[in-house]
Amino acid sequence: MNLHDDPLLSVRGLCFRHARGPSGQWTLSDIDLDLHAGEVVAIVGESGSGKSTLLNALSGRIWPAAGRVDYRCADGRTVDIHTLPERERRRLARTEWGFVEQQAADGLRMNVSAGANVGERLMALGERRYASLRDQADDWLRRVELDPARIDDSPREFSGGMRQRLQIARNLVTHPRLVLMDEPTSGLDVSVQARLLDLIRMLVARLKLSALIVTHDLGVARLLAHRTVVMQAGRIVEQGLTDRVLDDPRHPYTQLLVSSVVAP
Amino acid sequence: MNARPVLSVRGLGKRFTLHLRGGLVLPVLDEVSLDLNAGECVALVGPSGRGKSTLMKCLHGSYGADVGSARLTLSDGATTNLLQASPREIIELRRREMAYVSQFLRAVPRVPALDVVAERLLDALGFEADADAESTDAALAAARDHARTLLARLNLPPGLWQLPPATFSGGEQQRVNIARGFILPATLLLLDEPTASLDAANRRVVIELIDEAKARGAAILGIFHDEEVRRAVATHEIELGAAHAIAA
Repeated sequence: MNLHDDPLLSVRGLCFRHARGPSGQWTLSDIDLDLHAGEVVAIVGESGSGKSTLLNALSGRIWPAAGRVDYRCADGRTVDIHTLPERERRRLARTEWGFVEQQAADGLRMNVSAGANVGERLMALGERRYASLRDQADDWLRRVELDPARIDDSPREFSGGMRQRLQIARNLVTHPRLVLMDEPTSGLDVSVQARLLDLIRMLVARLKLSALIVTHDLGVARLLAHRTVVMQAGRIVEQGLTDRVLDDPRHPYTQLLVSSVVAP
Repeated sequence: MNARPVLSVRGLGKRFTLHLRGGLVLPVLDEVSLDLNAGECVALVGPSGRGKSTLMKCLHGSYGADVGSARLTLSDGATTNLLQASPREIIELRRREMAYVSQFLRAVPRVPALDVVAERLLDALGFEADADAESTDAALAAARDHARTLLARLNLPPGLWQLPPATFSGGEQQRVNIARGFILPATLLLLDEPTASLDAANRRVVIELIDEAKARGAAILGIFHDEEVRRAVATHEIELGAAHAIAA
């Protein structure tokens, strides 16, 4: 790891307010955050702390009232996500970025087959050979531990855990550099969660991905993240090395979060 | 002889502020200073509650010290202050320069014992994103061979190697932990009760491993409640002073 490289993603002074929200109350306030190549950062905090809104602001799905998000592209250019032309932003979203939704149904195309879901990003990048698409879909179904015999099945026939694994395959097939995950394991059975977490852990390490993972589960942060960011009421109240944040929390809110769970 | 200590701690202080207890302040470490040379094993002694484990965690980075410095001389001769290191630096230092072995294994679901140990070695190699599958596989095979040797030395039954350690006994988990801690020739070894739940035969293996690490020039800081182990490995002992609780 080069400790002096520029961050892949750099967030400065980000503020956001929901149009219908109570006046004077910010959903995101003065967010500063860096993510370097190969780093996995967890964003923790309770519901309503602004975690998912932050992810949406970082990916250009919503426009901040103030502040900026800079991304260092694969070709070396640094771009401001929110001033980038829509076409460019969409190209980034399906090549260099991945977004794993909390609800797999939001991140998948539910009316096409599992194989077509995995192949979509490849086709967007210009792959047209059917055999190659089929081979890569087959390979990725195996990698996320789905039975390749189900390549032609609709994700509607899949369980929640299988859908989530399919969504991960669909995102990683083009080897993105940055993956944003919004509560990827919530809503799944505990045993299914463990399998998915282990899979994410392995893929992130093998592919040297950078990832931002929003979670309310401190165990997920402990298992996956190098660094952890704690959010409360739209602000970052503490951030640092994951084990330090969890084992030696400084901020009253972090101490409350850590003391509220059984052995995070 | 290289006169510069591998680790030089000066004036290290650590207090915990418990905001959920009305801001109660627990001063655990105050003005801790010590030097640790290559090939030395210093045993921290004293009754429970003196902050022996806290000191180890401050050096490893899982606790943040409030004041002081801890200068570590790295294998390439550069020095760094552990107490001021950024999260990314600490991760890098843990990857190659320092190892921490506690009594407790934090088991990762589904990863077999052999890979818990081998991954530590692979991690230190720091594969590039474009490393081809063949060289990755070769490195993994080599790391697993090394892990097998260590687990066999620690008498962990080969039938357990392919199983995730979550269901292992305390002693079995501890041996996986020790193998993971010793597989990489770290500059600084932090050992927090490495033999707590081991039988006599395995305690002797750990003593051998510590002696071998000393012989190759590692600097070791340890907590050994076991008298026999401490006498066998410690080059000298340091007793931490008592700190007193003060209300906020």
